[in-house]
Amino acid sequence: MIYQDSKVLLEVRGLCASVNGVEILKDLDFTVKSGEVHAIMGLNGSGKSTFAKVLAGHPAYEVTSGSVLFEGQNLLALKPEERARAGLFLAFQYPIEVPGVGNGQFLRLTYNTVQKQRGKEELDPLEFDDFVRDKMKLLEMNPDFLDRSVNEGFSGGEKKRNEILQMALLEPRLAILDETDSGLDIDALRVVAHGVNQLTTKDNAMVMVTHYQRLLNYIVPDYVHVMEAGRIIKTGGKALALELETRGYEWVSAEHQAAASVPV
Amino acid sequence: MSDATALTPAIAGRYLESLLAGQPQRAASPLAWLKALRAEAVERVGALRLPTTRDEEWRFTDISLLGKTSFASALSATYLEAADVAPFYIEEATTRLVFVDGIYAPELSSPNAGSGTHSGVVVSNLTSAMAAHAAAIKPHLGRHAPFTNDAFAAQNTAFLHDAAVVIVPRDVSVAAPVHLLFIATQKEVVSTPRCLVLAEAGSAVTVIEDYVVLYQPRWQEEAHFTNAVTEVVLADNAHVTHIRVQREGSKAFHIANCAVSLGRASNYQSVSVALGARLSRYNLNVMHTAEGATCALDGLALISGRQLADTHSCIDHAQPHGTSRQLHKCIVGGSAHAVFNGKVMVREGAQRTDARQSNRNLLLTAKAHIDTKPQLEIFASDVKCTHGATVGQLDSEEVFYLQSRGLTDAAARNLLTYAFGAEIIDRIPIASLKQQLEQTVLEQTASLP
Ligand SMILES: Nc1ncnc2c1ncn2[C@@H]1O[C@H](COP(=O)(O)OP(=O)(O)OP(=O)(O)O)[C@@H](O)[C@H]1O
Ligand SMILES: [Mg+2]
Repeated sequence: MIYQDSKVLLEVRGLCASVNGVEILKDLDFTVKSGEVHAIMGLNGSGKSTFAKVLAGHPAYEVTSGSVLFEGQNLLALKPEERARAGLFLAFQYPIEVPGVGNGQFLRLTYNTVQKQRGKEELDPLEFDDFVRDKMKLLEMNPDFLDRSVNEGFSGGEKKRNEILQMALLEPRLAILDETDSGLDIDALRVVAHGVNQLTTKDNAMVMVTHYQRLLNYIVPDYVHVMEAGRIIKTGGKALALELETRGYEWVSAEHQAAASVPV
Repeated sequence: MSDATALTPAIAGRYLESLLAGQPQRAASPLAWLKALRAEAVERVGALRLPTTRDEEWRFTDISLLGKTSFASALSATYLEAADVAPFYIEEATTRLVFVDGIYAPELSSPNAGSGTHSGVVVSNLTSAMAAHAAAIKPHLGRHAPFTNDAFAAQNTAFLHDAAVVIVPRDVSVAAPVHLLFIATQKEVVSTPRCLVLAEAGSAVTVIEDYVVLYQPRWQEEAHFTNAVTEVVLADNAHVTHIRVQREGSKAFHIANCAVSLGRASNYQSVSVALGARLSRYNLNVMHTAEGATCALDGLALISGRQLADTHSCIDHAQPHGTSRQLHKCIVGGSAHAVFNGKVMVREGAQRTDARQSNRNLLLTAKAHIDTKPQLEIFASDVKCTHGATVGQLDSEEVFYLQSRGLTDAAARNLLTYAFGAEIIDRIPIASLKQQLEQTVLEQTASLP
């Protein structure tokens, strides 16, 4: 929701980033204030996941210019774990399988690490078990998933739920959900969206990367952005997503090109 | 190649004999066959030399350092109290044999005599087991682990006196694991642990063979030498789970031979974990002597610093319808060196053999080193055999994923390294031992590389 006088959480200015020497993000601007829900849409390969990973600090992506402020501090100077502890969370488009690491053990480790960093109380295994089971209920997840290796052999939908479970535990200020809806059936989508909605407050914010309107029926965005070739080319309200659903992306691209070629 | 040449055959031969010379005088066995076995081994010790890297089986493992160190048998047993040894006890195990520097320690052991108990299970030192069970022991002791061409097996057999004997009678299933605990306490001592496990038809047992150290603090950084031989015999339909843990001190030498004989439709499950020793070598030879036997050999070597851990296994499918599974993992830090030589032999006529072998290695530093040599030799046509080896570093996507959840780079790496090893530890079906080892692995990975 858009609140009057809310704080700026994330401020991205002129961000350029490349991978293996290929420039993917090209002069990207993006601002998020607390309380807001943003959706980023755009064709395959337009750079949405790249943007998300650059924000999370993936070492394969090199920032070549621009700035990113997160709650006023230089995000780009922080290590990935410091970004997570500062309150940035990325739900991966393709969550990584970590064979041999028990999911329950992993969740408790990350939870306690972040809690400690924030000067809050850590939980022992028993306390944590109760706590995590509560959160799992919210996402209608079977507690058996605690006993398995992190994401190993999970179905696509199960992996996505496990990402949102981590988000529920870590209580980020800014969550970026990269195609969390892809691979979810309609029931799962409703459950996950409900879970996400429960987690939104006026002090945090959400950026959802998606291809589909159906997610936005459940989590209603305040802003919808269209990304093309590594930059945001159009921003609108929730109606823009509906328009994209019926008309596709071509007109946005054409409009953007026309605007760019207007002689000054 | 390093200075293997420093150890000439002549010196090496004398070296083995010098080890024998230090052997304390013990009551000779009244049994002629046992005397003959020892005499035969003594003769081989005189004829054999220590292997060098010029021997194909020892190509990657230079033991010249062993030859440069002198060892003698323990002249007297170190007296240990139960309280000293209690930390090594495994709570699930109800029978336990403890050997201190190779010498049986009755006051620390809880054996099972066999005759008095209704199940007839024998867990006992050789000298006492011999009284009532010589007939069962004779056809097997020294018959499965050949010493004719193996200097170490010969030396062990030449010293043969105390030994752990486990005999499980027909159709008896032993619920609690049997703990065979070998404790090294003295520097510059050579010990020759020996185990014989006989699982009669239809029986089942879990045996833990455990090598630990309890040095006097002032000897902490001194070397000792463990030269072990184990023979495991599974009769038809027998089921043996064999857990082997080598957690010797960081300067120790540990050389071990294990020979397993699989009867018809028997099932042998082995998990061996090598954490300690400056230089360790484990030869595990499994022979399918009859149809339809199954074996699973899982192994983990977790080493760092200047350690060397060598595992040589050979699964011999001499009969049809056999199954074998092997997963061997090495985690190598520092400038440590791991060796895996895994031979799978499928002999002519061993049709319908199903053998799968996998060796996965994690190198944590640029100086860490692994030599891996899977060897598949197939002489039968209708078989299913696969093998593969991987050598790698930690997956950077996994590291980033954990970092993105707040773990430091170091914590993420430790966790992933631990998980890599935990896959093997998890296969140990004894909760307390599993927990103990997981804790050890966690501590070791945290201090790596
Ligand atoms: N590690 C990499 N190496 C090489 N190219 C990469 C790498 N990561 C991303 N790219 C390229 O960057 C471009 C943007 O990819 P990105 O994954 O950000 O797209 P996306 O908008 O998330 O697409 P989708 O909707 O399919 O998820 C693509 O052309 C992709 O091939
Ligand atoms: Mg993407």
